[in-house]
Parts: sequence; C-alpha cells; structure tokens
Amino acid sequence: MTSAITEESTAAEGTTAAVVQASEITRVYGEGDTAVHALNGCSLAVSRGELTAIMGPSGSGKSTMMHILAGLDKPTSGSVTIEGADITKLNDNELTKIRRQHIGFIFQFFNLLPMLTAEENIRLPLELAGGKLDTKWMDEVIKRTGLDDRRAHRPSELSGGQQQRVAIARALATRPTVIFADEPTGNLDSTTSGEILDLLHEMVADFGQTIVMVTHDARAAAIADRILFLADGCIVKELKGANQGEIVAAMDEVARQ
Amino acid sequence: MTRVALRGLWGRKLRTVLTAVAIVLGVALVAGTLVLTDSIQKAFDNIFTDSRQGSSVVISGKSAFDLADDSGATAPPMNESLLQTVKSQPDVAEAEGSVSGDAQIIGDNGKAIVYGGAPNLGFSIANGESRFNPLSLVEGSWPSGNEVVIDGSTADKEGFKVGDTVGVQGRGPVEDLKISGIVKFGSVSTIGGATLAGFDLPTAQRIFAMDGKLDEIAVAAKSGVSDTQLATELRTVLPENTQVRTSAEQAKNDAKDTNQFITFLRTFLLSFGGIALFVGAFVIANSLSITIAQRTRELATLRTVGASRRQVLRSILIESLVVGVFASVVGLFLGLGLAKGLFWLFDLIGFTLPNSGLIFETRTIIVALVVGIIVTVGASLRPAIRATRVPPIAAVREGATLPESRFARFRTPAALVLTAIGFALVIYGLFGSGLGTAAILISMGVGALLVFIGVALFASKLVPGLATVLGWPTARAGGVAGRLARGNAKRNPQRTASTAAALMIGLALVTLVAVLGQGIRSSFTGAVDKIFISDYAITAQNNFSPIPTDAADAAAEAPGAEAVASVRAGEALVFGNVEGVTAVTPNSGEAIALNWVDGSEAVFSQLGEDGAFIDNDFAKKHDLTIGSSVNMTVPSGTVVPLKIKGIFDPPPGGSPFGILTFSAATFDKNYDQPENLFSFVKMKGGVTDANTQALDTALKDFPNAKAQTRDQFKDNQVSFLNNILNVLYVLLALSVIVSLFGIINTLVLTVFERTREIGTLRAVGMTRSQVRRMIRYESVITALIGAALGIILGIVLAALLTIRIDFIKFDVPVGQIVLFAVAAIIVGIFAAILPARRAARLNVLNALQYE
Repeated sequence: MTSAITEESTAAEGTTAAVVQASEITRVYGEGDTAVHALNGCSLAVSRGELTAIMGPSGSGKSTMMHILAGLDKPTSGSVTIEGADITKLNDNELTKIRRQHIGFIFQFFNLLPMLTAEENIRLPLELAGGKLDTKWMDEVIKRTGLDDRRAHRPSELSGGQQQRVAIARALATRPTVIFADEPTGNLDSTTSGEILDLLHEMVADFGQTIVMVTHDARAAAIADRILFLADGCIVKELKGANQGEIVAAMDEVARQ
Repeated sequence: MTRVALRGLWGRKLRTVLTAVAIVLGVALVAGTLVLTDSIQKAFDNIFTDSRQGSSVVISGKSAFDLADDSGATAPPMNESLLQTVKSQPDVAEAEGSVSGDAQIIGDNGKAIVYGGAPNLGFSIANGESRFNPLSLVEGSWPSGNEVVIDGSTADKEGFKVGDTVGVQGRGPVEDLKISGIVKFGSVSTIGGATLAGFDLPTAQRIFAMDGKLDEIAVAAKSGVSDTQLATELRTVLPENTQVRTSAEQAKNDAKDTNQFITFLRTFLLSFGGIALFVGAFVIANSLSITIAQRTRELATLRTVGASRRQVLRSILIESLVVGVFASVVGLFLGLGLAKGLFWLFDLIGFTLPNSGLIFETRTIIVALVVGIIVTVGASLRPAIRATRVPPIAAVREGATLPESRFARFRTPAALVLTAIGFALVIYGLFGSGLGTAAILISMGVGALLVFIGVALFASKLVPGLATVLGWPTARAGGVAGRLARGNAKRNPQRTASTAAALMIGLALVTLVAVLGQGIRSSFTGAVDKIFISDYAITAQNNFSPIPTDAADAAAEAPGAEAVASVRAGEALVFGNVEGVTAVTPNSGEAIALNWVDGSEAVFSQLGEDGAFIDNDFAKKHDLTIGSSVNMTVPSGTVVPLKIKGIFDPPPGGSPFGILTFSAATFDKNYDQPENLFSFVKMKGGVTDANTQALDTALKDFPNAKAQTRDQFKDNQVSFLNNILNVLYVLLALSVIVSLFGIINTLVLTVFERTREIGTLRAVGMTRSQVRRMIRYESVITALIGAALGIILGIVLAALLTIRIDFIKFDVPVGQIVLFAVAAIIVGIFAAILPARRAARLNVLNALQYE
C-alpha cells in the first residue's frame, strides 16, 4: 500500500536525510527605520517522514518561516532547499514545477474552490500538473480521509471538518515530498480538530508523509515528532515527542524570555 | 482549468450576464446594420433589375458629363422619331419609348402628397401588357387617356379607390385624372416612401411637357442576338447624343448612386456599433478587474496547488471567450430585431427605406461573432494578465488584495501621454494639410479613442475631487446614507473612474453632436437672416425639391407682391469638375443681400447673358478677379463662356449659391425644364395674415409649392438637420445603455464585496431604505462623474471642430447639456435598482458571518 512512497524515500535517502533544509535565513520587511526583522538568521532541517511543528507567540516569525520554507515568500538572505534544490533561486515557472512535484498545502480556511465538487478539488493538483491519474491512489486517499460518500458534494455542502479533509486529500493527491499545514485546526471546533489531527498523524505514520505544521495550539503540536519554538525571529527551543503539558510549559517559557 | 473557468462562470451567473450585455448591444448594432444594409441593397437590386427586366438594351439621352442623381438635373431628352429608327433595325424584336418625371399626386387638402424626402415618381406606361413594364396590376386596368394608375401604399394611406378622380401635377398645371387601377412594383413591397403615378404615353408627355420627346427607349433583341451585340449595332445608327446601354449596364448605372448611399449608411451605422463595442470593452475590462480582485484568494490557491501563470491566464481567457461567444450569439439575433427597429426609425424621420424582407447573410454571422469575441477577449487581456500576477502567498493572507501591476507608477504619465497623442491626432486630422477624407476621419476617430482611454486612465486622480463636489448635495441632504455614498464613491477611485468612463464616452459624443448641431443651426439661421432680406420664401412641400418656375410667376401676380427673386440650381462642368451652379432672376437684389467684396447689389440685375458672380474662396482658389473668364459646360454639352462680375463673402452658415451664379435667362436657355430651388418674395407691408393669404391663393394651382415666412423657412430647413440629430441621439443612446449596465455590474460586485460591511451597518441601525439610498446615491455620483467628464470632453472636441470648420459656429446649447446631466442622474438611479435591492435584502446575521 505504501510502496510508492517507500520506494521514493529510499531513492532519496542516499543524498540526504533532510528533505527541507533552511540555512541562515533572514527576512526583513520594509526599509530603514521602519524595517521589521521577521527572521534573524534561522537554520533548520526537516527529516523525511517526520511531522515537524513550528510554534511561537504572535509575531515570532513562525508564519514567515513557513512561507519561506514553502517557497511562497523569498528570504532576504539565506537559502532553502527542498530535495536538494535551492528554491530561493528559482523563477516563477520553476517554482510552479517544485510545487507540483514536492509541495502540498493545507490552509486554516481550507481554500477549496467553491465551484468544484470534493472529488474535483482533490484531483485538481493532478490535473493542473497534467500527469496521469492514479485512480487506485485517489480512491485510497478519498477512503482514508473518509470522503467516500461526499465525493460529489460542493464545499458549501460540507462541514468545516469535512472541508479540511478534502484539503488534506488534495494535498496528498500528488504524493508530495512535504506538506505544509498552516494552522490546520485554527478554524475548527475541538472535536473536529481532534479528528483532523488524528488524520494528519495517520498520514505520517501510515504513508511516511513529511509534514511541516505551523500552529499555536498545544494539542495540535502534541502529535508532532519534533517541535520548534520561535521567538523574535529565531529558533529558541526544540522538543521531541513532547506531550501537551510539556508543550504548554515550553510555550510559557518562550513567551517569558 | 477549463472546468474551473466554466464552473466559475456558472457560479457567477448574474455577473456573467450583466457583463455579456455590454457586448451584446454592440454586436447587435453591427449585425443589425449588416442585415439592414443587405436588405436595402437587395430591395434596390430588385427594383433596378425588375425595372429593366424585359429590355436587352436601354437608350437614353446623353449628358456631357455624369450627373449626380440628387441634383434634380436630368439628361436631355431624345426626339420621338428615334423610336422608328430603332424599331426598323433588323435585330430589334420590340422597342418602346417612355418619359418620366416628378408627378405630384394631390391629396384631399389640395396639397401634394409627400412622404418625407421620398420621390414622387411619374412615368409613362405605353402598353400595360408589354414585356418592358415592371409593374403589375393589383386592381383595375391600365391607364389610357385621362387616367392614372397609382401604387397601393399611397392609395391605402390616402384612401384613394379605383374610379376616384385625383389631381396630378407634373410640369404644368394640376390635371384631374381618373384612377384606372392600382399597381405594384415587381417583388418589392415598398419602394421607400415613393409615390407612383403611371399614365399612357401621350398623357405622360403632356404632363411632363415633353411632347414629341422621349426619355428612354427600351429595346428587346430578337432571339439569338446578345444584348452587347444589339447595343453595338444600335450605337452605329443612333446619333452622338444618345446613350446606349445593355440592360445590365443600365441597371448598374441606375444603382450607382444608391450603392454609394448604402455604403455610406453602412459605414455610418457601423461606426456607432464600433462606439458601443468600445464602451462595452471598457465595461468588460472593468467588471473583470473587479471580479479578479475579489477572487484573489481563489487564484492564489490555484497557484499553490500547482497552477502555472499560463494556466491562470488561460482560465481567465476561456471565461471571456465563453462570455464573448454567448454575447455574440445573443447580439446576432438581437441584431435581426434591431434591423427592423432601424427600418422603423428611418421611416419615423421620413426617410423610408425600401424593404423586400430581411436578408441574413453568412457574412453577417461571421462578422458579428468575430467582432464580439475579439472585443471581449481583447478587453479581458489586461485583467487576465493582472490575474497571473496574483502571488501564491495571497492564499494564506487575510484580506489579500491584488498587487499593483509593475506599471502602476507609469499610469498617470501614460494617461497624460495617451491623451496628448489623442488630441494631437484629432488636431492633425482637422488642420493637417492635404489629407483625404478617409485619413481625416481615421485620424480624428483614433485620436478621440485615445483621448477617451487616456482620460479614463487619468480619471482616477479626478474622482476624489469630483465625488466631493458632485456628491455634495447628497451628502448634505441624504443624511448618513448620502455621506457614506460619497465616501464609497471615493473609496476605490480607479474602479469608480473606470465605471464612470464608460458613461463618459457616450455623453462626450452626445454632447459633441449637440454642440455641433446647435452650431450648424445657429450659423445656418444666421446666414438666412443675413441673406434673406425679404418676407416670404417659396419651396416645395418637402422643403428641398425644385419646383417649376411657374409657381414663382404666379406668386409675382399676388396682390401686394413687390419682388420675387428666384434661385435655380443645376450642374455644370467647371474647371474639369462637376459642380453645382445656380442662377438668379434680375430683381434678386430686392430680396437677397450679399456681402460684396467686389461689385455691389447691382450685380444681380447686370448679369446679362454672360455675367456670373462667385464667392471669394472660389475666386482665390482659381485666381479669379472681376473681368476674368470662366467656361462652363452644361449637360447638353454646350460650352457657355462667362465673365466674373462680382465676388461676395458668404456668411459662416454658407449661402444658397453654387460655385457660379449667372442669370436665370442664361440658365433657362441651357437647361431643359428649368426649376427653382427657392423663391424669395417681398410683399408690401411685410409678413401679414393678408399677405400670407394672398400668396397661398396665388399658389393654389401649385400644390407642391408652399409659401413660408422667414421664421417658418428657417424651421423647415433645419428640420432635416433635427431629424439627423435625433437619429444620432438614438444610436448613441445604445452606448449609454451599455454604460448603464457597466454601472449596474460594478454596483452588484461592490455590494457583494461589502456584504459584511453592509451587515454591520444594518446591525448598528441602518434601515433597509437607508441601505437602498446609500447604493442609489453612490450610483448617481458615479454617473455624474461620467457625465461631467463626458460633457467637458464633448465641448472641448466640439470647440476644436468648430475652429476648423468655418460654417459651424461654436454655440453650446446649455439647456440640452443640462438635460444630458439630468439623463445621467436617471441612468444612475436606474442602475442602482437591482444592486440596491440586493443590498437591502441581505440577511444581517449571514452578512456578518460572511467570510
């Protein structure tokens, strides 16, 4: 069932264990006196098959960090590589190719296309990339995200949790190297949040999917293999396999600094 | 991506339809024009081929040069004896002579029946059953002796029946003839508004004062003899001054003038279609820009899941392609209806066009579709390119807006440069030397378009100021709703500017037409006031046809008539060109005043046999002074030597005189059947009821002549201009309607965008009617901005034109301009109806939660 992923992983293993690597990235908004230093020379590496959570108080730079890692924003200095390719040097067309091959997104507000059905939304990335449709994989993804009986529904006919499942399925559709999740539970109630977190966890556990998740929710971070804490544009702390209590404590500590 | 595009369109049905309407109307006018002109062309072709159907060869008198059809000039007639010569030729199977001319049918009121400017055709029917007769009897029998046949449409309109006696006038006095039958012409249901009157040959010759003469001889060839062969044979036996044409050549010659007219009409109407499409392009570009701005997050999401810029571009273009196809197809069918409407419109102003059914050519379909699609897709190019600039990161940013284009900072300089180039082109077209008509029109047209685009781009800078001023009344009187409306209009200046710009174009053109129309009117009436110093004028019932000179003679006999000055008009070859020439009676100085540069009022009476006077432009052009000789060739081929005896300076509104004006006596000697264009009458005691009565009585036997006071004459002469202006207004109204839909569309999109805001306003206590008012005021302010810009632009363009064209005074019709501003307010109110209702109907709770 996971053969495709594992094969790919093995092939890549030889080069480096880190699929996403950032070194010495800075991001400055504005110029002169009004310049804001969102990131001050952060370096990090995301390992294959791991769920990495990025946490930090508002204004810590965690969102900027994710945007830069995912190629949505460019750092002022420093470099980001995905599968060894430096994405900070790419033009728009090359970045589009990287997105099609290597990157999936999950958003806080789901960002589904309202005119398409759930299934059409899920297939969209494949159709855009023009690749051949792997029906078996599609069915697998739809089944695992629990959307089998919701295929023909429009986003407006789905609950928030179901919409986020569609978004997760869409992110998985191309079997990307890494999925970036931006506050995936930020717009959901706690029960639904739990379901979504379970699903993300399964993706990592069963499919070996690499995920980078930005969140300020300790419960969400608790499913992560590794948690990075940002404050004032720097990584100030790292936890591995921490539970919710430890995370809350770490957050407090970071906030106090 | 195609699916995303199509589903997206479907999801925005109302907006899609409103956007499409912008193109529908333009395409409809283009398609309608083609259908209309094809139909007229077909009808005329039918008329011309039908009328020559039975002939192989047509023989007519030959003039020394080609005469313009509308000059009233005709080729000199032939002697009846020629008919025998023709008949005796071995290859001739049959030949028949005919005469024709203007024949007025007299209505119950004793006045000639005229339908607008349509002709009153009279002709001989030598033999009703002959193969040369294009008419068929509907009722009754063919005429013989004192009988006449008339067309069914005139009979219906005037209530004439077979057996009735009706007055008919040709050259001589009115004759009472019995209606022997009702006829119809070939396959055409109406020949424009023309009246038909047919007589037997001797009666026709008497009525047209052509005893022993023939206008045409129609000849049929014996079988086996080709038309060309027969024509060649006949040419050898007939005298120099006859024209022998095969029936095909004759039909082509008959159609020459109408073809020119149809080409003109087509170009004229198409240019209005072009204007409507241009305005439509503005509306589409603006609507699409707004929709794309509102879809920023959706487009960014597409980018994050792997859509390339090219794919985004393609999806927007597919959308506009679908809209374009849809709009063009609808426009095409609407065009068929519009063609009918145009027939009706021209009929309404007395310009009935012949109609033998609507003609729908494949070419019409292709042109309508291609034009509609190209304009739609072309207009969406800029917004589509902007859509590709939406960065993927906009997918994760709250309230992300469309990034300014890279060229945004060049917008104002570019707008100014465009406006400047536009004005430069307009000025070049107007004042550039040695340009052909086409070059002038193209240069001015393109210039005006650039000016419109430039001003539209620049308008966003003017919007805050204009909104403050124009929104002042609503802000003062409209309470909170008024103040919010004014603020909303200023909120997105570019959007308000683009929306207003569409209306601006229509209003600029309407204003231009109004100012020029007023200028022509006032310089014309000014000229009449200067030249026409007598009390009454005599013209034909339709104000422009020439009338027999007897009418003037009769008027001179009226009690109290002191002087009758008549102006005759014809054509002559002067300096190698066919020119309009005029002639005056010797006593004209008593009724006509000219500003003499050289010579004096006495010139009128001193013209003699070879005297002529000219205007100073013509004098300058050909370096003529008093005493210079000019040779003029008249249609019969005679060369008439003339000596210049006077030079005058015409008033700005022009003069009734042609290139050369000579004595009426010289005219009568050289032109067959001379007629007067106008006569001016000086009466003892000026304009009085008694004098009017006296003239009417004197003209009793001339049903086609009417006496008018100077004021009536002015009104009658400008009535044609007023009709043309009204047609222009109707055609430009289409562009204004297109911009109306532009405003509706912008407001619908704006309401959609401000859902949450409107919800908040309602939550804090705004009533539904206040919401409606807020939207309505914003709409009116936008419309007024468009009106203000348009009116100013229109006046500026009109001012430029009047500087160049001497005979148009610069005269702003203030009343009419105020009316246009009021019309703009009404457009604004109308545009707001639907969006305001949608805004007022919003559910407060849903609106607040709206994301």
